[in-house]
Amino acid sequence: MSTWVKPGDWALLGLFGVLVCALALHAWWSPAGDHVIVRAGGKVFAEISLARDGLIQIPGPLGQTSVEVARHRVRIAHDPGPRQLCVKQGWLSRAGQAALCLPNQVSVEITGATRIYDSLNY
Amino acid sequence: MKPHSHTISLPVTEQDRRVAGYAALAIGLSLAEAALPSPIPGVKPGLANIVVLWALLQHGWRTAAWVALIRVFAGSLLLGTFLGPGFWLSLCGSLASLLGLFIAVRLPRSLFGPVSHSLIAAGFHISGQLALAAFWLMPGSAVLGLAPLFAAAALVFGTTNGLVVARLVAPLTRAGAQSAHA
Repeated sequence: MSTWVKPGDWALLGLFGVLVCALALHAWWSPAGDHVIVRAGGKVFAEISLARDGLIQIPGPLGQTSVEVARHRVRIAHDPGPRQLCVKQGWLSRAGQAALCLPNQVSVEITGATRIYDSLNY
Repeated sequence: MKPHSHTISLPVTEQDRRVAGYAALAIGLSLAEAALPSPIPGVKPGLANIVVLWALLQHGWRTAAWVALIRVFAGSLLLGTFLGPGFWLSLCGSLASLLGLFIAVRLPRSLFGPVSHSLIAAGFHISGQLALAAFWLMPGSAVLGLAPLFAAAALVFGTTNGLVVARLVAPLTRAGAQSAHA
């Protein structure tokens, strides 16, 4: 075996492996989103562009949830829920990512120009 | 009708016979491979490349190029895909991999063996095909999203074919080394 595979072969094999991983990460790490759908109580409350920075307040049964858009990212800046799970998720920027504030029935979901499952259905 | 006063003869050289033999082998492997079902269109082991690599290592790049291109043309004629999209993909992949092999044979043999040659050829092959598909055959489609899949296939089949060629040339190089020592 060692006579068949030379040191350069191993190096090239490793390089190729890294290339495949990089390609996979690049292609399948979902593309950056461009809009965010904000839902309150199951209904679409607002659809906002990630291009415009801003802060919106969404009313829920527990109080106001603040959704902040900045630098093509979105986060739940403030939520009255007890466990703060959606706030702790931090910034979201990729299509398909979502944050749910269940106690206050508010959710944000990022949509992209291309839906992610397109590449799988193709 | 005038009888043929002189005949035109095309002398068949040893090289011609060699290329023809290798090409026949490569075409046979291509046809056998076409009969195999593939889960994803375009993902094939590329068994004919074993013959191309063998020709490259035994007789040089020119012979390998002849074998590879005759394989593409004759193989597509036999499969009925001549001048169809599959033919252009095959031709583009073959030309790209020949370019890769042109570079690969210049690598030092002490460090890089058939596995390297095969991997480089497979990588160039798939790059050429993807470029053609993405920019000409299906522009704007999600075909580039499949690049990691094709690259992974190139890695697996490139390595396998390279190992087969390494196994085939190993007795020869060993014999060569022994005769050099004797």
